[in-house]
Amino acid sequence: MILNNRNQKGTSLFRNAFRQLKRNKLAIAGMIIIGAFIFMAAFANFITPYDPIKQDWSQVQKSPSLEHPLGTDELGRDLLTRIIFGARISMTIGVISVSIGLFFGGLIGLSAGYFGGWIDSILMRFMDIMLAIPYVLLAIAIVAILGPDLWNTMIAVGVVTIPRFARIARSSVLEIKSKDYVEAIRALGAGHRRILIHHILVNSLSPLIVQSTLTLASAILNAAALGFLGLGAQPPTPEWGAMLSDGRKVLLISPWIVTFPGIAIMLSVLGFNMLGDGLRDALDPRMKDSQ
Amino acid sequence: MLSYTIRRVLSIIPVLLGLLIIISLLIEFIPGDPARVMLGQHVSEEALASLREKMGLDKPFHVRLGIYMFNLFQGNWGDSIREGRPVLTILLERFPATFELTIFAMVFSSVFGVFLGVVSAWRQYSIWDYSGMIIALIGISMPVFWLGLMMIYIFSLQLGLMPFGGRISTELALSSPTGFYTLDALINLNLKALGDVLLHLTMPGIALGTIPMAMITRMTRSSMLEVLNQDYIRTARAKGLKETRILLGHAFRNALMPVITVVGLNFGILLGGAILTETVFSWPGLGTWLLDSIHARDYPAVQGGVLFIGAAFVIINLLVDLSYAWINPKVKYE
Repeated sequence: MILNNRNQKGTSLFRNAFRQLKRNKLAIAGMIIIGAFIFMAAFANFITPYDPIKQDWSQVQKSPSLEHPLGTDELGRDLLTRIIFGARISMTIGVISVSIGLFFGGLIGLSAGYFGGWIDSILMRFMDIMLAIPYVLLAIAIVAILGPDLWNTMIAVGVVTIPRFARIARSSVLEIKSKDYVEAIRALGAGHRRILIHHILVNSLSPLIVQSTLTLASAILNAAALGFLGLGAQPPTPEWGAMLSDGRKVLLISPWIVTFPGIAIMLSVLGFNMLGDGLRDALDPRMKDSQ
Repeated sequence: MLSYTIRRVLSIIPVLLGLLIIISLLIEFIPGDPARVMLGQHVSEEALASLREKMGLDKPFHVRLGIYMFNLFQGNWGDSIREGRPVLTILLERFPATFELTIFAMVFSSVFGVFLGVVSAWRQYSIWDYSGMIIALIGISMPVFWLGLMMIYIFSLQLGLMPFGGRISTELALSSPTGFYTLDALINLNLKALGDVLLHLTMPGIALGTIPMAMITRMTRSSMLEVLNQDYIRTARAKGLKETRILLGHAFRNALMPVITVVGLNFGILLGGAILTETVFSWPGLGTWLLDSIHARDYPAVQGGVLFIGAAFVIINLLVDLSYAWINPKVKYE
């Protein structure tokens, strides 16, 4: 009985949200953009006949043509192919680093809010300290120590997002914890774990979903920044930021090598931001119009 | 006000301490032997031993942290391995370049952001509003390093209108007592140099200020919209006041607080973003130096640089907070 009610409430919240989302043109556009990038990432091998890594010295720095729609790079590789394979890398970085942030941030926020007292103070002070460091700087510092590669980029970009998730999770816990029904369930003898997972976590999903989408955007942007600085994925990996950085040296002669990866970064980030804004309006009206 | 100020000033101590601990801990996580990582494979055992001793790597973490803190307060931030000079000296030399750029970006982003936001809110759902919001949306999604490179390609390489890097043209000699070139040019009454310095600041400033501008636009719009729906605005309109007077005198003043908050918060984003912008525009500031130190595995320099930028961020946030309390007395009673 109780179970049924909860499911109904859950579905109607998301069904309502979806109905609102469908009316939001920007959010739809965002979904289409993201869909296109996910498609590229999933079917990269089938979309393009070229190899993203293999160099072809007969095709160095060719400008865009029918054969190579976006031209070739300084090592003769088809740029469109590298951008398509780059989608795979950027999407993976985004998803994994947001998962890191969501998991640890959620865990920290839930425990801080639920247990309160000194646990709350210690955890949230620590989050404040992390927030006190500009996040690009923190990510750079982490990669500087761990060494530049793709995995460490994901760790660095993910760790940086932990405090944001922790704060959101904590504040929804604080709000829900004081509700009468939670008190009632506790009186019925439910344990910490049951209350936390079945009641509090489920009810703090909407703000976390919104935050995850928006954080995906900034994670892709930060990862590309690290790649650009030479601290992310290393050559010959077709990572957008690193591609841009390679193209810098030949900017005057072959500007397309810099232009297109940048557009790819911007479009994918834009897509997640548009969807995130739409989701925020649909799922969490209180956060509307606020940053 | 005094008790609020004291409380707020004291509250940054644990944050600074935490920052210091995190930064010192990072060295612990270097895989392998930090001394060997820093000096490379082909060095003598004596050189390694001497570096270990100098950096306290032979001592346990808490002892090393204690020594590092003690030295920090005496102005000894260690020596850069790459340059062989005190880290603090280099940081102070480089700081004005970054700070000048940050301020320029701040001014750019505030002026344009507030303007776009006010116009968007004033004509909600008009073409102005939609364009403003689309600019803001693209702005927050913009990879600033790419924007910088595109500006260099178009305005410097193709049109030849703008310098593509550095702080001042090489042929202009400017004595630099403050390190802030705009101030130096004014002190020297050198208008040619001032123009040149401002020209060099333009593109990096715009690149760096884009994301904050977008955020300020959004904040100003939503804050203005809230105020414009208030009863006193309707009253002002009913009284027959001029639209500009209502907009600027009544609405904007009351919409200002959240905008100032966002402007303040953006300092951190700017300091972080400065690392990227400086790299693109070969700007001789903290960011390029920190990045070079990272590539050279010059850990004392990295430690000092991160600490310096982090501390600057914390202190600027403190000043922003204190200025709110001064502008808006309500803040103190929270």
